[in-house]
Parts: sequence; C-alpha cells; structure tokens
Amino acid sequence: MDAEIVIAGGGLVGLTLGVALGRAGVAATVVDRAPAAAQTAAGFDGRVSAIAAGSQRVLAAVDLWRRLAAEAEPIRAIRVSDGASLLHLHYDGAADGTGPMGWIVENRAIRRALQAAAAETPLLRVLDGRTITGFERAADTIAARLDDGTRLRARLLVAADGKDSPLRAAAGIAALTARYAQTGIVCTVAHARPHRGIAQERFLPAGPFAILPMTGDRSSLVWTERADLAPALLALDAESFAAELARRFGDHLGLLRVVGPRFAYPLTLVLADRYVAPRLALAGDAAHAIHPIAGQGLNLGLRDTAVLAETVVDAMRLGLDPGTTVVLDGYEVRRRFDNTLMLAVTDTLNRLFSNDLGPIRLARDLGLAAVDAVPPLKRTFMRHAMGTVGALPRLMRGEAL
Amino acid sequence: MDPTSADPDRRTSVDPDEIARFAALAEAWWDSDGKFRALHRFNPPRLAYIRDRLCRHFGRGEAGFRPFDGLAILDIGCGGGLVAEPMARLGASVTGIDATARNIGVARAHAEAAGLAIDYRHAAAEDLVAEGRRYDVVLTLEVVEHVAEVGPFLADCARLVAPGGALVCATLNRTARAFALAIVGAEYVLGWLPRGTHDWRKFVRPSELVGALRPHGITVVDLAGMIYDPLDRSWRIGRDLAVNYLAFGAKAGGVTVR
Repeated sequence: MDAEIVIAGGGLVGLTLGVALGRAGVAATVVDRAPAAAQTAAGFDGRVSAIAAGSQRVLAAVDLWRRLAAEAEPIRAIRVSDGASLLHLHYDGAADGTGPMGWIVENRAIRRALQAAAAETPLLRVLDGRTITGFERAADTIAARLDDGTRLRARLLVAADGKDSPLRAAAGIAALTARYAQTGIVCTVAHARPHRGIAQERFLPAGPFAILPMTGDRSSLVWTERADLAPALLALDAESFAAELARRFGDHLGLLRVVGPRFAYPLTLVLADRYVAPRLALAGDAAHAIHPIAGQGLNLGLRDTAVLAETVVDAMRLGLDPGTTVVLDGYEVRRRFDNTLMLAVTDTLNRLFSNDLGPIRLARDLGLAAVDAVPPLKRTFMRHAMGTVGALPRLMRGEAL
Repeated sequence: MDPTSADPDRRTSVDPDEIARFAALAEAWWDSDGKFRALHRFNPPRLAYIRDRLCRHFGRGEAGFRPFDGLAILDIGCGGGLVAEPMARLGASVTGIDATARNIGVARAHAEAAGLAIDYRHAAAEDLVAEGRRYDVVLTLEVVEHVAEVGPFLADCARLVAPGGALVCATLNRTARAFALAIVGAEYVLGWLPRGTHDWRKFVRPSELVGALRPHGITVVDLAGMIYDPLDRSWRIGRDLAVNYLAFGAKAGGVTVR
C-alpha cells in the first residue's frame, strides 16, 4: 500500500485533511493538478474566506492558525442591509461576549500556510502538478490512477476535487447541479478610512454585495452580479470599473482604490446524492457547493474535514478498515444534514433578496428588523453561522484527533 | 458444521473450486451492507469496549494504532474474522478458531486478501486446551449461547487464559426482554438474523457466567450492556444488561507481556 488515504485535490479542504491525518499518524498522499508554486501565485485565487469560530478551532488544532493569525482580520460586527432601506440587522460580536465573530483571511495566505504545514508533516506526501484520472477497486484497497501512469494503492480515496469533481462522476455518484444566473466578482480595495472590523452585506437587486474587512485598511468585495452583465463590468477600464464599484460601495470608508486583479467566479449549487461509496468519500465542494451569500462554503468544507479525519482515525484505532461503508456511512450521517441545511438557507436567502419586488422587499425588511429586535433568535442564527452548535467533532472543539 | 464443506486444513487437497467458493462467501460475510449488516453495525462498540478494557488491563495507551503489539489473542468462534482482523491490525498476534470449517475457509480467504497474518484453525476450545496452549487474551463473542454445555466450555476458555491475562465474553441474557428483542425482534420482525439462530433457553444470565468462571481463576471485573438505539440505528455500550452484554474477566498473576 502506498498510503492509508489518498486525497484528490490539494485545495483548502483536501490539504487541510491531509495535514490533519498526517499529524494524527495516518499516512496520506495529496494529489493536485496545479504545481505548488502556481497555487500561491497572485492570480490563482483572489478570494478571501470567512473563517467561523468552529473553523478557526480546526485550523488551530492542526497547527495552521499560528501561521495565519497575523494575516487574519477579526470580524467585530456584521451589518446586513437591504439596498437603501433603513431597516437592517446589526450583529455585534463584542456585545455578545463571544469575541470575534470570525476572521477574514485571504485564500492565498491559507494556501501558503497549508504548504508550510504540509512540508513539516512527515506522514503527508504531496504530489503536485499531477491529476488522478480514475481508480480501480480491489477487495481491500482502492488504486488511484495518475496521469503519469503511477498507481497509488490506499484504503480510502477522498475526492476533494471541487464542485465539478471528476472523481464524483467516475464513482457514478449523481449530483443535483444548478447554475445561479449570477457571477461573483471579487476584488480587493484599499480605503482611506478604517473599516473597524465591520463586515457589510448589502442586498442589491442583482444579488448580495459583501464588503469584508481585511488587514491593513483593505476590504475584499464579493460583488454578485447578473451573469449576463458581469462580462461587460469585468471588461471596463480601471476608471469606469472603480466608478461602478463606488456607486455600490458608498463613501463611508472614504476614497477607494482597487488593488490587484479582478476575479470572476460563476456561482453554482451542487448537492451530491451520496457522500460515500465503497472506498471513496467526497469532501468540501465535491459534496456540496453553495451560494457565497453567507460566506459559509469553506466553513462547511472544514467541518467535513474535521468529521472525516475523526471518522478515519477512530476507525483505525478500533482496528477497522477506514474504507468500508460501515465506517464511511458515519461520516455521511454526521455531515449531510448540516450541509444541506446551509445550502437551503443560502439558496433561499439569495432568492429572497436578489430581486426588487415591492411586497417581497417589505416582508424581508420587516424580517431583518424583527430578527434584529429578538436577541435569542439573533444569537441562534449567529451560533449556527459560527459553527458552534450541535455534536461537534473533536477538531472543532479545539481538541487533538 | 456443514458436512458438505471441505476441511480447509487439508490445504494440499483443497480444490480450486472450493477456494473460489470461500472467496465468494468471504465477500458476503464482509459486505457491510449485505446479509451480515447487523453484525457489522454491532461491531464498532464492542471493539471499542474490548480495546478500552484491554488497554487498561495491560497498561497501554489508547491513542496509537497498534496498542496490542506483543499480545497473543485467541478468538474462539471467530466466524469470518470480523473481530480477529481488527485485533491483528491493532498489533496482536491472533489465533482464530471456529467449529465450522466453512467459516475458517472464509476467514482465511479474507485475511489473505487483506494482507493480515492470522492463524485460523478449524478447532474447538478443548483441542487447544489439550495442546496446553495459553493466550494473553481469550475472546469468545456471541458463542456461549450456542455451545452444547456452558459450564465445561467456559472452563476451557478460562484454562486458555495465561496468568495475568484477560477473558472477554459476550452473550445474551436469559430475560423476557432478550426473548422479545433478540428472538422475536431480530429473527422474526426485523429479519436481521435467520430464524432459529438463537434458542432462548441457552441464553446465559450474568450471575451464571460469573459463577461458572470463578472456580477457574477468572474474576469478572466488569459487566456492560450493548444497547440498541432504534432512532440512530446504532449500538452503544451502556449499563443495561437485559439483552446483549459483555463480561470482562481477569486472571490472577503477574502481567507477563508489556
């Protein structure tokens, strides 16, 4: 056997899983099609991630957080508003006494920290610049086939290969897939005034417009735009783009300057019928891709990672084969409800807010104001988003595997 | 015992058809969604109980993947190897015996495919007693309720435990609830087990088990129930001994293996 676990995809979910397993004494191999240097290049991934409290504990438990802390901006408050309406919802982390509500971190910084952590994990092997093209199951192993002809034999193959997961398709696992008629335009802006750690989400008719606080008087924009209009916006010259941006952003942070490239991401919903098959498990976007409206995509992926790592390690500590369905079913049972719920909530929010219909606007604004006025309801919503409710896996409680 | 099955101990005379048949049976035994599904669901909590108790008894840490390195474990009534294989993965050198030749064939075929060295024998406990064998740990799980005479069988189990060693016994209690759940429920309503698998009159009360082992030097130090949660469709260890239960016994003497 070449490793206990082979992981297809060395992204934020796949590599975190590899580090978690390797640190717990499980030999793992991560295969990623992009060369390591390309994955941390400026143009590779311009997004930021909102790291919820539960995810932060996972990253701390696998020794990643200390490498990231300096590049993480705490979210002190969240302000949700509907277009120009005066009714809004304001979450204040400090008032709740629970510390920051989360952190905004550049994906590029997470990738750098992951690569450094991976290099210090002797039981983790990373094969970059290579692709898993298929697999064959034997009685007690699975062999992953690589594009360079190598075959890797393992107990379990994890598909963390993204929302279009080729391995999900190869395993014959069907998925509900729907395209949102929206594109996520992502860019970074520097502003004259400090953001004071306030994350803002504005519901504009085309979709949510999020302003996420970054380190050093910068903010990341997630600007959801109609898919048919996005290409024209992206093609604008710097001055016209800045003007369009400022129109939506407002002037509360002073003068704005776009730094770095603009990125565009088509928004898709994916829900796999099953998360597991014999000797195969899906994790992260391969199992569920959701609308970025609530900034929960990576958080769900990290929760998958925490539960899957725990499932594998617990099985091996009982002498059980971690690739068997009796073991893997436990992972699916623990993750499916949470992921599906978040998918439904984000999908509903997006449908509710991405329009300009009078009665719907009135209802949703009253809803926002109502939630704002009922502290227990507000706390419940927040704890869910922070990932600190329910039967948590050990890594999400900040404990070792 | 199935009279039509070949004796897999006579390896030289085993014909290839027989090997293929065992391999096919092994697949069925080990298919966790197949007809032994109930047994596969039942396995993790009892493995956890055995691991935790043995780690405590032999002073080993539970966090590693091979806490049983250096321990000799005998699994009496090993079936297809559902417990023997995990014990081997945890580091023990395992001997598995079963009264049914076909089970031994199945277990051997599967262990070989899994790359595990397990000494499987078509033998009875008394055969090993006659050979004067001793093991650090003797496991006899869901077997007592099937043997012809409980007293002599438990005496043999006890004799096979080395001084300082341990015995783990799992069986069914002779209560009205066990009749309702293990026979009416599991065999007739849910169809988890073939009808006639169990005879309620052969079920053993914990007090009888404790009493039968004591004269042979085994002190039962813990009794635990296996509890089924119908909502979760899962099993866990609990205090209720009324249906399925586990007994952990220790034999006096210095613990020889470290």
